[in-house]
Amino acid sequence: MPEQRALHEPFHQPARQREADRLGMIVFLASEAMLFGGLFAAAMALRLLHPVEYVAASGHLKLWLGTANTAILLTSSLMAAVAVEAARSGSPRLAGWSLGSAIILALLFLGIKGYEYLGEYREGLVPGLANAHFGTRTQQLFMNFYFVSTGLHGVHVMVGIGLLGVSALSRAAREDRAAVLIGNAALYWHLVDIIWLFLYPTLYLPGVS
Amino acid sequence: MSDAALDIDRPDEEVEDISYLRAGHSLGSWFLTTDHKRIAILYLVSITFFFLIGGVAAALIRLDLLTPAGDLMTNEGYNRAFSLHGIIMVWFFLIPSIPNTIGNFIIPLMIGARDLAFPRLNLLSWYIYIVAGFITLAVVLGGGVDTGWTFYTPLSTMYANGMVVATVVAVFISGFSTILTGINFIVTIHKLRAPGMTWSRLPLFIWSHYAVSIIFVLATPVLAITLILVAAERLFGIGVFDPALGGDPLLFQHLFWFYSHPAVYIMVLPAMGVISELITSAAHKRIFGYWFVAIASIAIAVIGFLVWGHHMFVSGQSIYASAFFSFLSIAVAVPSAIKVYNWTATLYKGDIMIDAPLLFAMGFIGLFVAGGLTGLMLAMLAIDVHVHDTYFVVAHFHYIMVGGTVTAFFGALHYWWPKITGRLYNETLARIAAVVILVGFNLTFFPQFMLGYEGMPRRYHVYPPEFQLLQVFSSAGAALLAVGYAMPTFYLLWSLRRGPRAPANPWGATGLEWTTSSPPPKHNFTQQPVVVRGPYYYPLEHPASRANA
Ligand code: HEM
Ligand SMILES: [Cu+2]
Repeated sequence: MPEQRALHEPFHQPARQREADRLGMIVFLASEAMLFGGLFAAAMALRLLHPVEYVAASGHLKLWLGTANTAILLTSSLMAAVAVEAARSGSPRLAGWSLGSAIILALLFLGIKGYEYLGEYREGLVPGLANAHFGTRTQQLFMNFYFVSTGLHGVHVMVGIGLLGVSALSRAAREDRAAVLIGNAALYWHLVDIIWLFLYPTLYLPGVS
Repeated sequence: MSDAALDIDRPDEEVEDISYLRAGHSLGSWFLTTDHKRIAILYLVSITFFFLIGGVAAALIRLDLLTPAGDLMTNEGYNRAFSLHGIIMVWFFLIPSIPNTIGNFIIPLMIGARDLAFPRLNLLSWYIYIVAGFITLAVVLGGGVDTGWTFYTPLSTMYANGMVVATVVAVFISGFSTILTGINFIVTIHKLRAPGMTWSRLPLFIWSHYAVSIIFVLATPVLAITLILVAAERLFGIGVFDPALGGDPLLFQHLFWFYSHPAVYIMVLPAMGVISELITSAAHKRIFGYWFVAIASIAIAVIGFLVWGHHMFVSGQSIYASAFFSFLSIAVAVPSAIKVYNWTATLYKGDIMIDAPLLFAMGFIGLFVAGGLTGLMLAMLAIDVHVHDTYFVVAHFHYIMVGGTVTAFFGALHYWWPKITGRLYNETLARIAAVVILVGFNLTFFPQFMLGYEGMPRRYHVYPPEFQLLQVFSSAGAALLAVGYAMPTFYLLWSLRRGPRAPANPWGATGLEWTTSSPPPKHNFTQQPVVVRGPYYYPLEHPASRANA
């Protein structure tokens, strides 16, 4: 039984070990949520301090790129969920394909994000660079926040790609009917998705008039 | 109670009886170990080292303060000395002190587990801590940092000299070690309790470590993001605090204290857990009001997240916010007070054994009460406006963090030393050390209450001559305190070579950790323990007290 093989100290029972792995991931994600929680508190403070300029600065972001990325990330999350169900119902191939497409969508997300950054660079909206020029001080403040928050989220996307990649490549993970590794990787991936679901309205939607 | 409790284990399992200290002598058997007991020792050695470095910085500060003129160090040098002192003591000594040494060692033993849930993660925590520690040492050698342990902006982002970014990175990295430890403790307590070890049978040490783990996991990431923002602002100029852009430095203070007030409870909750064990063991009595003490830990963890604004009464926050924070700060003292009452009630009519651990525990209670009551004074808006940023605050938090937690740490070390090392130390010397520490401590910090009340500001080394007498008292006390802290190093190390062998249960205490041999075997228990009754079951308890326990 593959489960027996994966049993490690200090556990005696596979079920107990599985529960522990899952609980560990959930607690870790709570910690991650607080990390971004601090960031959202900062966004709220910026908006309360400068309500009008914040909205104006937000209007300079490319709404359609942000929206496309939201759809892409949601679909990717869906594929990760499909992979978990596939592994549970004993279809390792389907699990592999679903993970693969989740990863491709994640790469697409990063590609679009990079394209967006490039556009912002061309428009002189990247703080700290020689060509940077902003309409208002608050716009620079907003862009500072934008780059820190999307950058940090991007790092999480990369970690997620790594986790999904490991689960896709590991045969044992795909054949594990309990979907321990795939399940935990997907859980992490959902959190990355959820954080984006908060970033999107915080950054892009205020500018919609 | 779906989880732990009544799982059937593999009883036929072969477990060797060899002590964890004898299971392997190579370097690899220590530095690559996943045994929680050995990792606890690695932590013990490392935090002792940082305690020493932080102590040297403290000695420099106290020497400089002997005279009203700042003649030992330059202004800049003095700023760096107290900054390093605070940063090292808080993040590299006090936060990991009890949880990562005593907690790491004792938690699995207390709940009847073979190890923490994620042994390799546990080792990883230590390595992360060490990497962060090395960066901090590099900062010390590279000239240090002058922001204070609080890294207030825009001082830290724009004006400070020195290695701010490296320091911030070190603290940031050490945070991961803390978070991993928290995850490990929470999962262990949920999933690895021995058969019969229900939540209502958990020793209070476990409850307080459960509470502190919640803070580890939920507060530390907020510090992490705050430090990321500071580093981004200083390194790349992409700041959200920058007042020149209309950013808000007060935002930094909110984020920082949102972490750092819970962090003060990170430092004191494990100590409270220790005291519950020490008191019951010394009194040979059941704890008075088990559930009150257990739930008080959780209440402290929760309410502790809601009081951060009491550090910002004079920072320009709105008066309504201040009133709100003032009220909640007073409320958070209630669960702490409940604990103190319960410890005292436990001692009442106990069959008391006055050994070194009890002396440390009594010291903790007295000093914690003094620190807590002055905390209440500081939580009153009208008083704080006058004594904020004076030595009164310095004395307040040292009474709790040093008088309370460090004393409890020494108490814990003495109490569990026979279990950890299998040796008995010299009891007389230990009692003397406890008394020297308590006298030295009060001599150092009581004068600081008086200094602060009379208006001596914190973080200055030049002061009006009328303060000199009290400053000299304080420095003299610090010297005595240093002697007190040094003493255990000698007789404890000596006991390793010459001390008599410890029996399994030298204190006649309850608790699963005392049912295994001293030092414990590599896998903690030769047989899976099964728990059949609550903690602190002292059969010899007086009939009188048994009735109300
Ligand atoms: C239980 C453990 C406690 C610890 C370790 C602790 C630690 C600290 C520290 C480190 C500071 C100084 C912050 C700074 O200015 O750098 C401080 C300040 C303060 N503490 Fe505590 N404290 C504790 C308990 C309490 C309690 C129970 C209260 C109130 C009920 C309290 C109220 C305050 C207040 C109001 C301040 C702000 C003083 C000021 O800066 O004006 N503390 N405490
Ligand atoms: Cu506080």
